[in-house]
Amino acid sequence: MMQDDVQNDGLTIAGKHYRSRLLVGSGKYRDLAQTRAATESAQAEIITVAIRRVNIGQDREAPNLLDVLPQSRYTILPNTAGCYSAKEAVHTLQLARELLGGQNLVKLEVLADDKTLFPHMPETLIAAEALVRDGFDVMVYCSDDPIQARILEQIGCVAIMPLASLIGSGMGILNPWNLSLIIEQSRVPVLVDAGVGTASDAAIAMELGCDGVLMNSAIALAQDPVRMAGAMRLAVQAGREAYLAGRMPRRFEAVPSSPLAGRIG
Amino acid sequence: MLDIDIDIHVNGVPQRVRAGLSLHELVETLELGSQALALALNRAVVPRSRWSQQILLAQDKVEIVRAIGGG
Repeated sequence: MMQDDVQNDGLTIAGKHYRSRLLVGSGKYRDLAQTRAATESAQAEIITVAIRRVNIGQDREAPNLLDVLPQSRYTILPNTAGCYSAKEAVHTLQLARELLGGQNLVKLEVLADDKTLFPHMPETLIAAEALVRDGFDVMVYCSDDPIQARILEQIGCVAIMPLASLIGSGMGILNPWNLSLIIEQSRVPVLVDAGVGTASDAAIAMELGCDGVLMNSAIALAQDPVRMAGAMRLAVQAGREAYLAGRMPRRFEAVPSSPLAGRIG
Repeated sequence: MLDIDIDIHVNGVPQRVRAGLSLHELVETLELGSQALALALNRAVVPRSRWSQQILLAQDKVEIVRAIGGG
């Protein structure tokens, strides 16, 4: 039964098993209610969050993100969004681990500039090494450079997360060839992180053989985020099924689907 | 207890607090509610279990963080 296959074809990251291959961010929503509705529609199990200073003097009765997306129900994945150095990123994740009660699974991103939000790979490698040494299970945002990906895996990162295109750009998979090279060589999960814009982008990522997709803007900035979250859930499943089914070969020639014999004279 | 105040920084903002204040008392004073928090003192993470024992000193820099929506 296809449903059983879907159940059994899970994603394993750092030894933990997940049914959903769609990971979502929690930013850019209108409010917490929409955040929750979209996350539920996506049926995501892993949600990324940012770590920021509390507002001193803020209304203490206001609901917080973890009230709406509790750790009891979701795997909350802290990221280092906004960090431009290895030092900042490591410090942020040490705070995050304390915040989340000792959870070692984290997402590392070290940015190089605020215009492109492209990863700073030298700083990313330094941070990854320090974090792995300190016992973290590091999922890492990186360029789609297969050599950088290989080095990150050798360092001990538990998942490689190359960008498909710039964060928040919605431009989709710009270099499927590099992505394929990374997928081919990796012995840890490869998840597209950044740049997904619509359902077909997610499906293409999965058809290439990605183990999962992380997206935020594609859902939060859609006209109907809750509906798009549902579309993404289906797209990730469809792309995964197509990958497992094994696509037909591409060839630059026409081959009829109907037999020639017995055509009406 | 000495009746003097000290200058510290909390989340980048100067604060004047009474000498001898613990991290736990600082957090209580700030009335941050029941949300999940993590705290660093002079760039070192201090687990919640140690907040009551850690006494603030002049020029200490405290960072108090929480999880918010992000990609």
